[in-house]
Amino acid sequence: MAEVLERVTKVIVDRLGVEESQVKLEASFKEDLGADSLDVVELVMELEDEFDMEISDDDAASIGTVGDAVTYIQSKL
Amino acid sequence: MKLEGKVALVTGASRGIGREIALELARLGANVAVNYSGSEAKANEVVDLIKEMGRDAFSVQCDVSNSEDVTSMVKETIERFGKLDILVNNAGITRDNLLMRMKDDEWDDVININLKGVFLTTKAVTRQMMKQRSGRIINIASIVGVSGNPGQANYVAAKAGVIGLTKTTAKELASRNITVNAIAPGFITTDMTDKLTDEVKAEMLKVIPLARFGEAKNIATVVSFLASEDSAYMTGQTLHVDGGMVM
Ligand SMILES: NC(=O)c1ccc[n+]([C@@H]2O[C@H](COP(=O)([O-])OP(=O)(O)OC[C@H]3O[C@@H](n4cnc5c(N)ncnc54)[C@H](OP(=O)(O)O)[C@@H]3O)[C@@H](O)[C@H]2O)c1
Repeated sequence: MAEVLERVTKVIVDRLGVEESQVKLEASFKEDLGADSLDVVELVMELEDEFDMEISDDDAASIGTVGDAVTYIQSKL
Repeated sequence: MKLEGKVALVTGASRGIGREIALELARLGANVAVNYSGSEAKANEVVDLIKEMGRDAFSVQCDVSNSEDVTSMVKETIERFGKLDILVNNAGITRDNLLMRMKDDEWDDVININLKGVFLTTKAVTRQMMKQRSGRIINIASIVGVSGNPGQANYVAAKAGVIGLTKTTAKELASRNITVNAIAPGFITTDMTDKLTDEVKAEMLKVIPLARFGEAKNIATVVSFLASEDSAYMTGQTLHVDGGMVM
């Protein structure tokens, strides 16, 4: 869990240009981290690369917060 | 050279306009993936001509209306060349008939290849171009997609659709420095137009102010402009390359 969170956080910080301290589990990409729809699509793409997995469009649509992403990735590893 | 080191994928590049586009992009420095549907020998001829210019190229069979084929074509291009800078959606067919006589499969074939094909290839290259933070997508529409044309309900609907798709894709991808423009050719001499009767051709000439048919090269040079830095501040546009037919 800790390792996944760390890697997810790094991708988010790089992509969205936010501070690491803002990347909380309950933080919403769009509402709290200033991402637009295209940013979220890109973020999912980068998480796919980072964790070498495919995230289907349906699954991607259910990922709204940092916690959602971490839980999803955890369940697929 | 204007396109030195760039990588281009041109659909329907075995014959006609697509062939000239592939050769022109290579002449300006690009490496090219030459897509075809059935004409393998002709596609390989284009590849050989490009290699003679000292550029890299390969031919790739793919029906642009097939989602899986398209995905693997784009994948192969990126694997071969390491990136993808330019997509030219040129593949297209006609199945002309009067609306009253048009069969469902004539409608479906044209919409699937000429419109859905553009959607599928665009979707497939977007990931790579977004990562690169740059890209050029050039769609070959048709002037009849702007003006309408009797006997071509399917083709006109598809080409008008391509123009709309061009505008939306341009808006969606602009923030990632990807430009999307269309070209609307008028009457260009290729296999596609050789099918028309002399009477139809004579009628068409009357409505072309420049009083001659265009050549594939006339489209290819405009594609190379849209593919280069020269058009950096243009997106979502449809350029009419039609001898002045529709203004
Ligand atoms: N000629 C004109 O006056 C004119 C005017 C306006 C717009 N356009 C547009 O310009 C484009 C090129 O036209 P053209 O006159 O050069 O036509 P063309 O000479 O008939 O060549 C068509 C090209 O498209 C390829 N193609 C056909 N179906 C395909 C499919 N399902 N998947 C992949 N490739 C496919 C063909 O490959 P194969 O050789 O393997 O069959 C060929 O390379 C088309 O989009 C057309 O609508 C042409």
